[in-house]
Amino acid sequence: MAAKLIKILGNCQRSPSTGSRFYSSQVRKCTMIPGDGIGPEISQAVQKIFATAKVPIEWETVDVTPVRGPDGKFGIPQAAIDSVNRNKIGLKGPLMTPVGKGHRSLNLALRKEFNLYANVRPCRSLEGYKTLYDNVDVVTIRENTEGEYSGIEHEIVDGVVQSIKLITEEASMRVAEFAFEYTRENKRKKVTAVHKANIMRMSDGLFLRCCRDVAAKFPDIKFEEKYLDTVCLNMVQDPSQYDVLVMPNLYGDIMSDMCAGLVGGLGLTPSGNIGINGALFESVHGTAPDIAGQDKANPTALLLSAVMMLKHMGLVEQARIIETACYETIKEAKYLTGDLGGKAKCSEFTNEICAKISAH
Amino acid sequence: MNFKVFYVLQKRCVSTLADEISRHAISKSSRLKKYKELPVSKYGGRHIVTMIPGCGNGPEMMNHIRDIFKFINAPIDFEVVDVESTPTSVKQAIMSIRRNGCCIKGSIERFTSEDEKLYASPNVAIRKKLDLFCSLNICKSYLGVPARYQNIDIVIVRENVEGEYSMLEHQSIPGVVESMKVCTTYNSERIARWTFEFAKKFNRKKISIIHKANIMKLSDGLFLRTIKKVAKEYPNIQVDQMIVDNCCMQIVSDPHQFDILVCPNLYGTILCNVVCGLIGGPSLISAANFGYNCAAFETATRSPESVVAEPDTVSPVALINASIELLFYLGYIEHAKLLRKATSKTVEKDLVRTKDIGGTNSTTEMVEAIKTNISAFNDA
Repeated sequence: MAAKLIKILGNCQRSPSTGSRFYSSQVRKCTMIPGDGIGPEISQAVQKIFATAKVPIEWETVDVTPVRGPDGKFGIPQAAIDSVNRNKIGLKGPLMTPVGKGHRSLNLALRKEFNLYANVRPCRSLEGYKTLYDNVDVVTIRENTEGEYSGIEHEIVDGVVQSIKLITEEASMRVAEFAFEYTRENKRKKVTAVHKANIMRMSDGLFLRCCRDVAAKFPDIKFEEKYLDTVCLNMVQDPSQYDVLVMPNLYGDIMSDMCAGLVGGLGLTPSGNIGINGALFESVHGTAPDIAGQDKANPTALLLSAVMMLKHMGLVEQARIIETACYETIKEAKYLTGDLGGKAKCSEFTNEICAKISAH
Repeated sequence: MNFKVFYVLQKRCVSTLADEISRHAISKSSRLKKYKELPVSKYGGRHIVTMIPGCGNGPEMMNHIRDIFKFINAPIDFEVVDVESTPTSVKQAIMSIRRNGCCIKGSIERFTSEDEKLYASPNVAIRKKLDLFCSLNICKSYLGVPARYQNIDIVIVRENVEGEYSMLEHQSIPGVVESMKVCTTYNSERIARWTFEFAKKFNRKKISIIHKANIMKLSDGLFLRTIKKVAKEYPNIQVDQMIVDNCCMQIVSDPHQFDILVCPNLYGTILCNVVCGLIGGPSLISAANFGYNCAAFETATRSPESVVAEPDTVSPVALINASIELLFYLGYIEHAKLLRKATSKTVEKDLVRTKDIGGTNSTTEMVEAIKTNISAFNDA
């Protein structure tokens, strides 16, 4: 009798697939964190574009304004954390970092929840937006958990401060493996490990060894090691010689921002954080409170991050359609928002992209 | 730059720009370290300068420099010290530089042996042993050299002895390595004073402090706080701060907004290389490392890849700029100005350039052209 009951219960309970790959007939839930400032309007724009493209995603919008918890401290509402844990995929808009408030930053909380270990930032020159560099097509993959940002600092004596940079084999192997897999999946050719092992022999040496070990497992992908100064020097002279860069935390932070500067700034660069328990894609620009609510915002960064999310989930075809529509709209330069030098509104830009998708 | 003040000082035995600034810095520094002043060797009215050719195209370049110095009749003799990758060799080089007071060097190859952690990177070892606490990189564009931006005029002052280059590393357990970054008030204060004195003497308007104090709150926070404290004594100079990743982004989109950048060790390397790339290549800018009683002059970018090249193809301008700084340091103002004028004319007006700065000539041809210009200016 009990066995029959258990069998019936077992049949009733269908756990939703929690893997990151799934088939396009199944509707997938994603957490959407609109953010502050221009966040809500660009999130709406992205949702509209996805609806037009008939992407099988159901958005679960959560609000992450900190609330006072039962212990009196401010914290992220539990509903948000639960949603994010359930869905394993999130899209985040720009968040205002409050100054002087007593709660832990949301970024830190999410990083811990998902165990986000790699930050991916593809930087590609946009054809309609002219900068001095038009042949940039670089992906920077940065180790996200340790390195110089370990936060271990102490004052030894008055006037002498020591900060510790931590490099572990486990984290380095993880990010190196991710880098090579990403290169293979996106049909890229070359991985460059950026380091400073001539000065920091043991720490960057360990990172480099891990990269070399992983490179041996991927013989079809070219692997090279370059010093940080050389990469900086060559990147500003000729960015086309680099393909995928993998590096520890600090160098990655600086290089990814520099590459973003080459293509036109943070308003146009997508960013994805990959973790063990899920992935979070976000736009890295600010909240722009001065243009919030005026329909002037540029949703490109969030849109391209969402496209990255689709590729990560395996919906490559829809990702390609939306991405092409976006690039074409910018290339035509008829409907460009203020930061790209045009006068169109956010809604006009969105509608144009939707029109292109429908025409497809 | 107005050097009339220093022309008067040329009459003194030790009349060096950096000396002047360093002494001013020492007198204002609250913690005074007693340095035993070794006399800068001058024999028979001629200065002796250590020359370390280094590896790669270093020896070839140093030959050209010696040639040019003979040509401009500068009363300088070079003591050539060849440094191999052994600690004793580096020790001898350091002793020679201490004795002579200044040196001009190429890039020295790093050691490959795993045990010699002390002299792991000879370039860094020389800087630390001689306490060359400040590295000055004057990044000025040359007209017409193919580059993304023209008319760049940025000065990068980089703290040279501590920070990430402390080289204190250990493996706590297999697979976990810790590397220590040390920041002290003493070093931050003296680099701050040096920068402000430099800005005051050369009429520079703005100093930007580059840091990452939002993440490394204690270490870079200390650096930032110390410089801001020193800034209060120089109210005429505008001071602002910028986070290093934002700075990289800005410098790539609009480098003309920066005047002087003062940074800790690692960020200084990164920014220096970025600006070198923006100006047109690794072979145009020099780095001058100053200590209290020593100085070393070299090229700004010293990464191994930029040093290895085919012979006779790399531009000598970086080392020539280093030698111009050397001449200013030793007080030979007229010689320095002459060499600078001749080099700018060769690169900008006569358009005799090597391939890496947009021309078709060889190094030897460039050096010959510079020598011709020197004679022309001498006769005029």
